[in-house]
Amino acid sequence: MEPTAMISPEAAKLLGAGIAAIGAGIAAIGVSNVFGKFLEGALRNPGAADGQQGRLFIGFAAAELLGLLAFVVAMILIFVA
Amino acid sequence: MAEESGKIDPMHQFEVQTIWDGFNIAGHQIAFTNSALWMSVAVVLLWAFMAAGMKRELVPGRWQLMVENCTNFVAKLVDENIGHGGRKYLPYVFSIFMFILFANVLGLLPLGIFGLHPFTFTSHFTVTGILAILSFLIVLIVGFWKHGLHFFTLFVPAGVPWYMALILFPIELVSFLFRPFSLALRLFVAMTAGHILLKVLAGFVINSANASPIWGGVVGIPSFALMVGISALELLVAGIQAYVFALLTSLYIHDAEHLH
Repeated sequence: MEPTAMISPEAAKLLGAGIAAIGAGIAAIGVSNVFGKFLEGALRNPGAADGQQGRLFIGFAAAELLGLLAFVVAMILIFVA
Repeated sequence: MAEESGKIDPMHQFEVQTIWDGFNIAGHQIAFTNSALWMSVAVVLLWAFMAAGMKRELVPGRWQLMVENCTNFVAKLVDENIGHGGRKYLPYVFSIFMFILFANVLGLLPLGIFGLHPFTFTSHFTVTGILAILSFLIVLIVGFWKHGLHFFTLFVPAGVPWYMALILFPIELVSFLFRPFSLALRLFVAMTAGHILLKVLAGFVINSANASPIWGGVVGIPSFALMVGISALELLVAGIQAYVFALLTSLYIHDAEHLH
């Protein structure tokens, strides 16, 4: 039997881009985890906090990048694919 | 898509427009674009900013203090992350930090009110890609110059049994080769996403105010308040992205300089 209501390629692209946006939300959890855990540790030992800011931003950059990849996937689906 | 969402096209701000047609080299047009224009503006402003603060007065004035704060900030970053022998990379890291910072902040300026539309050239992968390749090339050249083929031990962490090294080497190699992409991608996507968000919200304000005063009040005013907040957030992101670029550059240079 032939499928009667196929989803059009254009609609599938936009749906895919929308689903890719979930990745941004998950990256938000990751970034908030980085800063939250840092604050937790910094409040326990404020003396050591300033020396760890470089590591804080390395963790932030790594967590953020994976979220930005979700944005790239969405942009590729809309404009390139 | 664009015609459904009213007159506002959030991607229009990223269009590279030719200002001066330039000349042809081997069939490629070398033109002066708005991207090149704003790069020049950033360089001129950066030069003026530094020149005004490099008077070396014994008691620094306000401007000199500002410049000294910037240089001390980057010097501390380089000292902490490259360590011994890192000072010779300070000019490069400082230049790239200040250039990206000026570019990001310039792109956020609301000069559109005066008919002058700032172009955020860091929102283009070609530009950030070149900056990332510069950093990556420095790592490669310094690494191979200093350590020769010994540089490849960077991909095998010390004290790893040989059967694990077989698995780790390709993984570390791929993650090393992905560095310029991640460096460029982070800056470009962060700037692009922020500017699209601001333009979409601006579209809400304009379209709702045009629809009726009631919609303008219900949708437009909260959107405008959100825009003010997001603009502040974008200023923060502009600073953080410049900092992260400089930080990761100095970390990668540390790898090349000391191999762990």
